[in-house]
Amino acid sequence: MPEKWIVLRNCGVIDPKRITTYLDRDGFKALKKALAEMPPEQIIEEIKVSGLRGRGGAGFPCGLKWELARKAQGDEKYVICNADEGEVGTFKDRYILERDPFTLIEAMAIAGYAIGAKRGYIYLRAEYHHLLDLLGKAISQAREKGFLDHFEIAIHEGAGSYICGEESALMESIEGKRGEVRYRPPFPPSRGLWGKPTIINNVETLMNIPQVILNGAHWFNQIGTERSKGTKVFSVSGDVKKPGVYELVLGSQLRELVMDLALAEKVKIIQVGGATGRIIPYDMIDTPLSFETILGAGAITVFDESRDIIDIVHRTIEFLAEECCGKCAPCREGTEVMAEILERFSCGEGVERDIGVLEELSNAMMLSSLCGLGQAAPNPVVDSLQYFRSAYESRIRKN
Amino acid sequence: MIPTQGKKQEDLLILLEEAQNKLGYLPEELMAELAKSLDMSISDVYGVATFYSFLSTKPQGRNVIRICKCLPCLLKNAQAIIESVERETGIKPGETAPDGKFSFELTNCIGACDEAPAMMLNNEVHVNLTPGKISQILKACK
Ligand SMILES: Cc1cc2nc3c(=O)[nH]c(=O)nc-3n(C[C@H](O)[C@H](O)[C@H](O)COP(=O)(O)O)c2cc1C
Ligand code: FES
Repeated sequence: MPEKWIVLRNCGVIDPKRITTYLDRDGFKALKKALAEMPPEQIIEEIKVSGLRGRGGAGFPCGLKWELARKAQGDEKYVICNADEGEVGTFKDRYILERDPFTLIEAMAIAGYAIGAKRGYIYLRAEYHHLLDLLGKAISQAREKGFLDHFEIAIHEGAGSYICGEESALMESIEGKRGEVRYRPPFPPSRGLWGKPTIINNVETLMNIPQVILNGAHWFNQIGTERSKGTKVFSVSGDVKKPGVYELVLGSQLRELVMDLALAEKVKIIQVGGATGRIIPYDMIDTPLSFETILGAGAITVFDESRDIIDIVHRTIEFLAEECCGKCAPCREGTEVMAEILERFSCGEGVERDIGVLEELSNAMMLSSLCGLGQAAPNPVVDSLQYFRSAYESRIRKN
Repeated sequence: MIPTQGKKQEDLLILLEEAQNKLGYLPEELMAELAKSLDMSISDVYGVATFYSFLSTKPQGRNVIRICKCLPCLLKNAQAIIESVERETGIKPGETAPDGKFSFELTNCIGACDEAPAMMLNNEVHVNLTPGKISQILKACK
C-alpha cells in the first residue's frame, strides 16, 4: 500500500512560524466548521465513525474516549496533548511539531469544544525544549487571530522521565508531583487531571482531527484495514540507508517501509514499537503494520546481520529498568532481575535455569504490573526467546 | 532564592525547573525553603527533585553534556562519541570536572534517532556526531 499524507500534509509545505501559510492550506477551516455547524455530539459521532484510534501506542478508540469525557460530570474539563515521545526510536512527534504546530492547535481547540473543556495542556518533554519557543509563538498567533477565544492552551515542560509519557504519570507530573502511575480505574475521562474529566491524546492522533472534520468520517473510514483506519507515521532508524519519518496507509507491509523506503540491507532483526514493542526476525518482514498485528507508536529500529540479539534485549531491558517509576514491585524488581540475567548471558555466563526464570518472571510481570511499562517490559525477552532461542542456549556456561 | 508568592504545591515541579535553570542545581537550602513556603515536607520536595533526570541535587558543571545511549544511537557508534567526550573533558559519565566547566551524563533516547548519534548540550540538541564534531562543539563552550 502506498505512502499517503494526512498527518504530514503540511510538513515541509507551510512555514511553521507563520500562521498565514497555514491559513492558505485550509487552516482553521475545520474549527470554524465545527463551531458554526456541528454540535459537540455530532463531532464526537464523526470521530467515532471515522474509526480513528490512538497513535500513542495503546490504540484506544479516540471518539469513545471523547464521548466518555463529554458525558462525565465536571465543572472543569481538560484536553491534554501528549508530546512526551519518550519511546526509544520514536521522533515522529518532534518532526510534526517542528513543521506544523498549527494543525495540532486547531485539533486541540476542536477537542476542547467537543468535550466541553476550556483549557488544554501540551506536555512537552524536556528533550524538546528547543521547540518551546516555536510552539508558544504558534499558540499566540492562533490566539491573536481569534481562534482560541473559547479555549486556552498552555505548554507544560517535562523534566526528563520516560514514564511521564504514560497518561496517569503525565497527569501527576502536571500536578507537580513525582511521575508515578496511578491506580485505575478511575480512568482519565471520568477522573483525570486535578480529578476532573480529561482526555489525553498523542500528537499524531490529534493531527488527524481537522481532516476528519473537513472531509468526513466516511472518507477516513475507507483508508486502512478493518480495524485500523487511516495512516500511521513511522520513525525508522538503525541499520538503514534512509532513516526518517514515513507516513503509510495502515496495513502496509513492514517490508515496504524497511526495504523499499528506508533501504535496509541484510536485515536480521526488527524492533517494532521501541523498548516496550515487539522484536521480530527478518523472515516475518511481510507482516502488515496495523493494530491487528504489530504497530505500537510506530518506532521501527532495524538491525543488520552484524548485530547480536542478546545485546539488543539487554540494552532494552536496562532502559526499562532505569525508567520504571518504582511504584509497583513486579516492574521495579522484575526489570532489575532481567537486566542482571541478560548481563550474564551477554558475557556467555548464563546458567541452565536462567531461561526458565526469564519466562516465569515475564509471566508474572505481564499479569501483575500496574501500568503498560511493566506489562510490556517482558516483550523483548519473550519475543527473543521465541525467535532466537539458540542465541540464549549458546551462551549458557559449560562446565 | 526563587520567588514563591502565591505559589501552590502544584507549582512545585515548575519551581524546581526554574531553580535548576537559574542555579544549575537544587541546593538543600532551596528545597527546605520551598517545602516551607509550599507547606510540604522536605522529603516530598526531595522526592520530586530526585525523580526527574533533568533535575540535579548536586552541583553541576556550567555545561551539561548528555550523550544518548539508546539502541539507535549505539548502532551508529555512540560508544566512540562517549570515548571522545571522555578524552576531551577528562571526565567519565556521571562526573563533573573539577574546574566546573563540564558535567557528563549518558541519557536515554532524545528523539533524534534519524540523525544518530545524538546528544544534548545544555538545552540544545546536536546530531550526526563524530569525534571531530565533538571536539569542535566542546571547544566552543565557555
Ligand atoms: C510506559 C509508557 C510510556 C508512554 N509514553 C507515551 C508517549 O511518550 N507519548 C504518547 O503519546 N503516549 C505514550 N504512552 C501512552 C499513553 O499512556 C496514552 O495511552 C496515550 O497518550 C493516549 O493517547 P492516544 O489514545 O491518542 O494514543 C505511554 C504509555 C506507557 C505505558
Ligand atoms: S536513540 Fe539516540 S536519539 Fe533516539
